[in-house]
Amino acid sequence: MTDWSLPTPRREALAVWYRNILVWKKMAIGSALTQFGEPFIYLLGLGYGLGMFIGEMAEIPYLAFLASGFVAFSATNTATFEGMWSVYTRMVPQQTYEAILATPTRVDDIVLGELLWCATKGLFSGTAILVVATILGAVESWTAIFALPILFLTGFCFAAPALIMTAVARGYEFFTYYYTLVITPMFILSGVFYPTTALPEVMQSVVSFLPLTHAVSIIRPLVIGQPISDFWFHFSYLCVFGAVGMYIAVAMVRRRLII
Amino acid sequence: MDRPPVVTCNQLCKNYGSTPVVRDLDLAILPGTCYGLLGPNGAGKTTTLRMLLGLSPPTSGTLKVFDRDITAHPREIRARTGVVPQADNLDPDFTVAENLRVYAQYFRLGGPEIEQRIDRLLKMVELENQRHMRIPKLSGGMKRRLTIARALINEPELLVLDEPTTGLDPQARHMIWALVHRLKRSGKTILLTTHYMEEAERLCDNIGIIDNGRLLTEGDPRSLILEHSEAHVVEIRGDLDPGVVSSLDTTDCRVERMEDTLYIYADDADTLSSVAESFHAMEPLRRPANLEDVFLRLTGRDLR
Repeated sequence: MTDWSLPTPRREALAVWYRNILVWKKMAIGSALTQFGEPFIYLLGLGYGLGMFIGEMAEIPYLAFLASGFVAFSATNTATFEGMWSVYTRMVPQQTYEAILATPTRVDDIVLGELLWCATKGLFSGTAILVVATILGAVESWTAIFALPILFLTGFCFAAPALIMTAVARGYEFFTYYYTLVITPMFILSGVFYPTTALPEVMQSVVSFLPLTHAVSIIRPLVIGQPISDFWFHFSYLCVFGAVGMYIAVAMVRRRLII
Repeated sequence: MDRPPVVTCNQLCKNYGSTPVVRDLDLAILPGTCYGLLGPNGAGKTTTLRMLLGLSPPTSGTLKVFDRDITAHPREIRARTGVVPQADNLDPDFTVAENLRVYAQYFRLGGPEIEQRIDRLLKMVELENQRHMRIPKLSGGMKRRLTIARALINEPELLVLDEPTTGLDPQARHMIWALVHRLKRSGKTILLTTHYMEEAERLCDNIGIIDNGRLLTEGDPRSLILEHSEAHVVEIRGDLDPGVVSSLDTTDCRVERMEDTLYIYADDADTLSSVAESFHAMEPLRRPANLEDVFLRLTGRDLR
């Protein structure tokens, strides 16, 4: 008896988003270390180390190639983590949503608020990598600034399936499957490390359905200062993916909480 | 003129799959009164409260709060209701005062007026000195008091308390009773569930006892006792001589046995005195019948 009616979120979604911002502000200093530290190691190690042997990838210096892909993946990864582990913590052990649902704020508002928050956190971590990449000299154009809204959109896209997983999860172990079977392969295949054109044709068509591929297709040219091919196609794909994801996430969380 | 009830259930039913949890519930809670919903674990109390908040769609029947249908107006109803849930769900990432401030935002409330209200509520529940403390540092009683303050942040007309004193020490329990009395005097309507009959007798104007999702009886505590139990009880504990026990059959007393305890009920005090006399070696305990006797008589002594 899942309620599949269209989501009708209201302004209360911002209260849910703001709650998470307030908590984040308290932890910001501690989390800054991991936020900047990890990408620094990745870019330095892989970008410089591998880059030394590879030189250029698709006529782009490897460090810049990797950094631009990594920015997109970082938003993906952060939003996924937040949408699974943190949202589950608020939903099940902390019973935060149970408390919120006793107010005029509804499931639809909670889900939108959490998606916006996951997207925001994705934006933060993508931005952190951009900053690190800039320091390492891997950002080649000021147009990289336009990557920020796309990072937010990318975070939103990946938060939705993460929330769907959370809505059906019986425990934290469940998230490892999703991460290992979906996120990790996507990380390897979606053009972060090498252009997807290097893949066999069958794989290329599979990979073209993954949102990360489309995010990388927009973000990489912005970071290295090249024109984006098929911008509107990639952009629309991300928007539709996010919207459909949100619709399913709302229905699944309703099914879990309104019983 | 009588004001209309704050809560009205009409033939309210709820099934989980094919299992009925609430069956044909008829209920009316009058404004300014405290209604106690009593029942063993799994009787349908919490499900009823969830339906009342619009968090569990009824299978059939109607449920109106403030004369509005819950299915059509859940937001409006929740905006005027305060809830103290059974399990603590304060936000552990915030301090005491922040918990109230953040919770107010879910009602679209904020600003200087809410700051004043937070000060007033913290004073009322005696947590002024803890206002900057983190939730994990609070004792169980403090958490409950803060949860009550949180339930009042929207100045609700109806307050729903789901087992508000479970797990608390007597000091904390008495303080919460005093709070509930105060809230009732201030004109709020209260719906309470509890497993403590003493609590129900002290706080409630009306009591409904439910079991297996059905309302078994309803009334004020005094009349429930008069209606469903003899006035006096004698309790006898220890090894019981079967001969003496069976001799009770000839008296006017009603006898219940639970393990090694005998409960002997009678309306006539003299009858009971002579019964107590015959057991005097076992130090019989004489007491007036209370709500617990009614509860156990109606819902049985079996463990759930």
